[in-house]
Amino acid sequence: MSAKKETLGKTVGIVVAVCLVCSIVVSGAAVGLRSLQQTNAALDKQSNILAAAGLLADAKGDIAGTYEARIEERFVNLETGDYVENPQDYQTYDMYKAAKDPATSTKVENSNVGFQRKPNVASVYLVENEANEVTRIIIPVHGSGLWDLMYGFLAIDADGNTVRELVYYQQKETPGLGGEVQNPDWMAKWDGKKLYRDGEVVIEVKKNASPDNPYSVDALSGATLTSNGVQNTLDFWLGEQGFGPFLSKQPWKS
Amino acid sequence: MAMSKETKKVLFGPILDNNPIALQILGICSALAITTKLETALVMSLALTSVTAFSNLFISLIRNQIPSSVRIIIQMTIIASLVIVVDQILKAYSYEISKQLSVFVGLIITNCIVMGRAEAYAMKNPPMMSFLDGIGNGLGYSFILVIIGTIKELFGFGTILGFEILPLVQNGGWYQGNGLLILPFSSFFLIAGMIWFIRTIRPQQVEPKE
Repeated sequence: MSAKKETLGKTVGIVVAVCLVCSIVVSGAAVGLRSLQQTNAALDKQSNILAAAGLLADAKGDIAGTYEARIEERFVNLETGDYVENPQDYQTYDMYKAAKDPATSTKVENSNVGFQRKPNVASVYLVENEANEVTRIIIPVHGSGLWDLMYGFLAIDADGNTVRELVYYQQKETPGLGGEVQNPDWMAKWDGKKLYRDGEVVIEVKKNASPDNPYSVDALSGATLTSNGVQNTLDFWLGEQGFGPFLSKQPWKS
Repeated sequence: MAMSKETKKVLFGPILDNNPIALQILGICSALAITTKLETALVMSLALTSVTAFSNLFISLIRNQIPSSVRIIIQMTIIASLVIVVDQILKAYSYEISKQLSVFVGLIITNCIVMGRAEAYAMKNPPMMSFLDGIGNGLGYSFILVIIGTIKELFGFGTILGFEILPLVQNGGWYQGNGLLILPFSSFFLIAGMIWFIRTIRPQQVEPKE
């Protein structure tokens, strides 16, 4: 380490050169691999929807084909609960992107669900059997957990009231505590639970819930705030501001 | 090309004689967290080995130009860029595994093994040897990870790389999976056991009593 390479000019020069080369490499990798990553992300979303549909085991690796055959994406106006056309015409509609644009979203009122704006139009996924009858409705739900927003799919029977699956696919909760929202044992507890009684959202995540009570699900032990987050998420999305109108109108039956 | 003694020592020494996890006790954090399944352990090993090897190579190439006052920052920049590239490649070609590894790929940046080798070896040695040193230390890390991953997956889930070896009771078999081994912290016991084992066959690694 000789003294002459410690001049200010040389130090700055080397640092700038290293940073320049590194940034070219990093951005090159990011841009070059983007399309592959997007394909993967789309496939991942489809497999999460199939998991909520209970079809993942039957798909046997053919995610895209099974998705194409059994799942239909529809768009719902959250205020009226009616089907609408794809707001993006023939492009992929991203409701989470739409929620950020004031033109396509409304403010969330009186809720501690953890986000400020909701999209006017939301995606729903209808699961159809071979006879083209709707057997399940999958609605996207998201809300704040302890650390960050948790994204998931709630699969409901065609009666609009009975839960089949609650699949969280993106969350940053503490592994082993709140992260257990993805534990298959806990997810299995949702099967058969009822969401509404006399039009009110009554499903409850609470401690020591009896498995026989169709209106309550046992909370995650050691993860009160995550459990509350799940509760707030469901309250919001099943309520008036969320899919409440859609689930009571049940337009998939007509 | 016959390997010189020095090359052999650099490449294979870190596996038993100078293991980064077992002797230097570096890189424990990721070794705890991602060894539940052998597959993730293998991918993590591969990621860390390539990052260590290439960061050593690049740092060694420019070692005479790096001003010593900012050398750590330059090392970090190079390491971080390599880690981001590895992360992007994993997301593109192995999405499922990159989701399981989640933050731990990014945390390779702070893995002491990478930094330690860059500072201790690559700053003083020629590029080729530094590259081999990176691979060697990556192998040492991989050696521990693969053994722990195998033990945890076999006795925790009854599978190896997803293939059923011990049929679980839940699936109609006879083997009751060990719940402790599924949890990350069981690696503490396993790593401790391996350190004990390595020091038994290599008694010179035992630290003198204070």
